Amino acid sequence: MAAVRVEAVLAAAEEQEAEKRRSITVEKELELEYDLGNLLAVDRNPPPAAALRGAGQRREALLRALARDNTQLLVSRLWELPAERAGGAGGPLVAQLPEPTFRLPREKPPPKPRPPTRWEQFARLKGIRRKKKTSLVWDEQAKEWRRRWGYRRAGGDPSRAWLAEVPAGADPEEDQFARLRREKRERVARNELNRLRNLARAHRAGSAVPAAPLHPTGHQDRDELRRVARVARVSTASLGRFQPRLPKESAEPPSRSGGKKRRFEPLLGNLAAERSRQLEMLRDMGKKKPVLDITRAVNKQMRQEEAEAAAANKGKKQSKRGKRGRRQQRPGRSGKKSGARRQPQQQKPAGGGTGGGRRKKA
Amino acid sequence: MRPLTEAETRAVFEKLGKYIGENIQLLVDRPDGTYCFRLHRDRVYYLSEKLLKLAASIPRESLVAPGTCFGKFTKSQKFRLSVTALDFLAPYAKYKVWVKPGSEQSFLYGNHVLKSGLGRITENTAQYQGVVVYSMADVPLGFGVAAKSTQECRKVDPLAIVVFHQADVGEYVRNEDTLT
Repeated sequence: MAAVRVEAVLAAAEEQEAEKRRSITVEKELELEYDLGNLLAVDRNPPPAAALRGAGQRREALLRALARDNTQLLVSRLWELPAERAGGAGGPLVAQLPEPTFRLPREKPPPKPRPPTRWEQFARLKGIRRKKKTSLVWDEQAKEWRRRWGYRRAGGDPSRAWLAEVPAGADPEEDQFARLRREKRERVARNELNRLRNLARAHRAGSAVPAAPLHPTGHQDRDELRRVARVARVSTASLGRFQPRLPKESAEPPSRSGGKKRRFEPLLGNLAAERSRQLEMLRDMGKKKPVLDITRAVNKQMRQEEAEAAAANKGKKQSKRGKRGRRQQRPGRSGKKSGARRQPQQQKPAGGGTGGGRRKKA
Repeated sequence: MRPLTEAETRAVFEKLGKYIGENIQLLVDRPDGTYCFRLHRDRVYYLSEKLLKLAASIPRESLVAPGTCFGKFTKSQKFRLSVTALDFLAPYAKYKVWVKPGSEQSFLYGNHVLKSGLGRITENTAQYQGVVVYSMADVPLGFGVAAKSTQECRKVDPLAIVVFHQADVGEYVRNEDTLT
């Protein structure tokens, strides 16, 4: 009796131990993929079917259990990393994470390309390409390779030039050195001005022009494509006034203020012009309607056949050949000779007329 | 008050075309004067040039209605024809429906027209075609949409609806407050 009870107690205790251990060991078919540098664990096991379908308590419980198991596996791996005590003996235990292997996507959007400067536009227009220049130039005077510009440049120090020739058409009284200095100052100022202008243009253009290229890449969303389509439509000589429209596009031209202010025709504008515009619109609308309306054609055919049937019924009393007589005659008429000839003739009208008439109106 | 934009004009003409077809030209281009459409507070009005010039000098808040109201644009920019356009639809209507004297009153109260109340109907009326409803004395009562084509009208049972009611002259009394 006592032995049984002791055994029962031991078994219960062992089960409790196993329970505790079970909570830290997790069985998985496929091993998880770990990227401990990013604290990432990827579980490629297919989830239980009940976890995918529907919503409810059971699904929540299954998902929570799945999350718990995977977190347990990740944490056990983290515990296996080499760790040390930070800040001396009493500090917290810090694990040394390895390098991350998983490439995270960009956090912010990529930088927009800078718009070309005035010179770059001109060069592209003319087809001027950059000539690659050597960085060192041979200086005959010093008989060595000197820089093209800068400290100890090839042509000698310009501030130490002791001779400045008076050019052919210049004023003999003018100070050439002053002129050279002034021209250098002007060149520097002009360059600086152009640089600032290019910057301003780039800054301004960066906020107005869409960063997306004008051709579709397949990675653009609907708003971007719409914006790009609008830009493309307006880039014609007549600013998009005569561009054909897609069937579902609005008929109004895109306003310059971007839809903030609606502009209407004047109230008492040219009434004759308005009338002619409306008449033209009516003409266009009339042209679009299909010339052959199938239902009406079918109805007409049905009406015709009914009229014929009514007439035939009226004349049934008078002659033996009624509707039925006429129907029976047709296959009789196609004899051996005319049978081959009749076939192609009968097939064509059967498709359009009789077939259409006999068909029940949907 | 302002002229209609192209999209609005197209919507109005399409709706009118359902009832009078290509006779809209006779409304736009009249021999006895220049008439035009103007939009005032979401309602489309049809008025002559003379009236337009007079109405242009009235402030917007005080102006109730210039000319004849054809209909209004709903909040989602759909055009809805109202009974006040009947005077202009009736003479140019392409498809007409005559209603028996017994069910005239029913139609004027806003009910649909049943087969038992149908007197005559134009030949070749397609299903869902816009029709103008007359009494047997050729007095226009309103307009609607044909629920069945003329062919089907012959074969259908007496209690089936043949014309859906859209507007009738009884609305002048019923909706006196909201009609312009």
